[in-house]
Amino acid sequence: MGRKLLIHNDKVPNIHTLEVYRQNGGYASVEKALKTMTPEAVVEEVKKSGLRGRGGAGFPTGMKWSFLAKPPGVERYLVCNADESEPGTFKDRYLMEKIPHALIEGMITSSYALGAKTSYIYIRGEYFYVARILETAIEEAYAAGLLGKNILGTDFSHDCYVQVGAGAYICGEETALLESLEGKRGNPRIKPPFPAIAGLYGCPTVVNNVETIAAVCPIINMGGDEYAKIGIGRSTGTKLISASGHINKPGTYEIELGIPVEEFIYSDEYCGGIINGRKLKAVVAGGSSVPVLPAELILKTDKGEPRLMTYESLSEGGFISGTMLGSGGFIVYDETTSIVKNLYTFARFYHHESCGQCSPCREGTGWMEKILHRIIEGHGKPSDIDLLWDIQRKIEGNTICPLGDAAAWPVASAIRHFRKEFEAYINHPEKIKDAMPII
Amino acid sequence: MPKVTIDGHTIEVPDGTTILQAARMIMDKGEGNGENIAPPTMCYYSKLKTSGGYCRTCIVKVSKGSEKDPRPMPKPVASCRTNVMDGMEVQNITSPELLEARKGVVEFLLINHPLDCPICDQAGECHLQDLGYEHGLAKTRYDFKRRTFNLIDIGPYIKLHMTRCIMCFRCIKVADQITNHRYQGMLFRGDASEISTYIEKAIDNDFSGNVIDVCPVGALTDRTFRFKSRVWFTKPMDAHRNCTKCSGKVALWLKDNEVLRVTSRKDKWGEAEEWICNECRFEKKDIKDWVIEGPRHIDRHSVISANHYESLAQLKLDIGKQQKQLNGKS
Repeated sequence: MGRKLLIHNDKVPNIHTLEVYRQNGGYASVEKALKTMTPEAVVEEVKKSGLRGRGGAGFPTGMKWSFLAKPPGVERYLVCNADESEPGTFKDRYLMEKIPHALIEGMITSSYALGAKTSYIYIRGEYFYVARILETAIEEAYAAGLLGKNILGTDFSHDCYVQVGAGAYICGEETALLESLEGKRGNPRIKPPFPAIAGLYGCPTVVNNVETIAAVCPIINMGGDEYAKIGIGRSTGTKLISASGHINKPGTYEIELGIPVEEFIYSDEYCGGIINGRKLKAVVAGGSSVPVLPAELILKTDKGEPRLMTYESLSEGGFISGTMLGSGGFIVYDETTSIVKNLYTFARFYHHESCGQCSPCREGTGWMEKILHRIIEGHGKPSDIDLLWDIQRKIEGNTICPLGDAAAWPVASAIRHFRKEFEAYINHPEKIKDAMPII
Repeated sequence: MPKVTIDGHTIEVPDGTTILQAARMIMDKGEGNGENIAPPTMCYYSKLKTSGGYCRTCIVKVSKGSEKDPRPMPKPVASCRTNVMDGMEVQNITSPELLEARKGVVEFLLINHPLDCPICDQAGECHLQDLGYEHGLAKTRYDFKRRTFNLIDIGPYIKLHMTRCIMCFRCIKVADQITNHRYQGMLFRGDASEISTYIEKAIDNDFSGNVIDVCPVGALTDRTFRFKSRVWFTKPMDAHRNCTKCSGKVALWLKDNEVLRVTSRKDKWGEAEEWICNECRFEKKDIKDWVIEGPRHIDRHSVISANHYESLAQLKLDIGKQQKQLNGKS
């Protein structure tokens, strides 16, 4: 059994209440940080822990925190990105739904480290019931003196608010999230300036994922060095993985970074193997945006080494033969899955969610969807594959925010690894039309 | 003062200058060896704050970040929104892969554009036409139905033809920054997004007509000029009048002695030199309202660039002056 630091208590009855949560060691990090540590020391521990952003990009959290501008007399904000909209990802929902206080605790400790008097949890509209759970938890925390003025009798005062979004994928991009939080249309801002300099209301702001903030609690409790011992290399600690698709046991799992992908898929502790004993066809390892990898490349790198669940191992080989850990949305496809139909579903999603600000994404995502639709309807042309390839290449890297990249990568990887399937759709549409889409 | 090198031309610029501005400065100084190293712009407008960054046509490759941090930037950057750093090296027309990426952007801008140039009032002075000629493909690869919208009248003077719009957001910035009240905005999202005056509210403002001048395509047109003439059959003249609201310095577009259209004067980058008011633009269509200064040189490379009227108009003016002098003598 791997160590669990975030959701080890998820089966304890009534763990969502403050009372039970504290009985199980909750809010220890707040006590420790506020009473015995300086804010700089907290940041230092997070740096030592090697914690990397759990939202998808994997940027070192301690470094992100130290970039925060601290002009005197200017408010600073911590914003929690709970706009978990990446298809295939549901780990933050599980954490917030089961153990809301883990997030609140992390928010207080992190805000103390950053010197933020106010923090916001921006949660997607579809999670309205989770927002209620969080609000109840925040009320409990206020009543217990864990939020508000002079927390636990110290000088530190802090207010935490939950803001419900309207459910746009783009609002998971940090600057679009800030725009939305300010009450504007959720369009990504053009960077620079980065939020660490001018974020919410023009003030320095740190935006972190739910899991990142929750992971600060065990780091403070056990110490950054101890946390860094878990995992391999620069991938330290534990990570929540949302496993879905053709597996026997879909769900949210906490893994120690560094376990082999094969173990994650086949061991009974995690996914429990492929459903109905079928063969593994492909895996999307980190949410719909990351490149899809065929079975032989997800289990072993192109050098023949077993692939591990780490940031580095999954991205080994670049996008030619690798993928990304991303947000941890682990989607498994068995041999009955149609990659092309599945890709169409993703392309439709990105087309629908493009904000419309910059030309490559606004026009390109729609174009890709239309071509893919034509292909799965059996009207594809042989030139369509190269056209798709060219479109994705011209979207990637040329957009304001990473949504363009997110829309391009699945298309690129599907063509790279499953070109034959596209050709089959185009050349023999009648044979393949019953292939089953996964989502 | 940071020093930047763009396509091999080095220039020293004030702090806070963007790559695009630096490139334009190089061109203004007459350098560039006859090549236009200033990136094309569809959404950036130097007179509008926070404009730019959306269309992605002005992307450039930064092959050296700065003297301090010489690493190249991983992706192409929007030159209109990226500030120059000391020692920065930028590739625009010297980078084949960048030109390829720009070609892609131009293609994206064109796939849903109706290409109705033969009936579009903007034809001949359209930035998208220029961009298409310079960076586009001769044939489209897009074989789906293009998106269309209904025409909208924004008040008595302005027509909004969303089908042609490329979403540059300049008109929104004008409505935001020049007129008193913002009535324009963006509705919906993705490729269904549209510019709208919410619930078709007319823009009732003395300077609203400037949205026509900033529009790079024919999405916003002058209802007093629509279908009157192709722009290349009209003669631009610098003219002015005493106006209480604006500077009164305009460009008149004449056909014989008839004023077909009044616009602001545009500089070599196609940007209005000064905003003009609606009274000058829409209501003063009599040549007697204006003091003609002389023919206006158009610094653009599309079909009206030949200035074929210019010499002729100058000749007429000269003859007029001589006749006046002769009349005065006798």
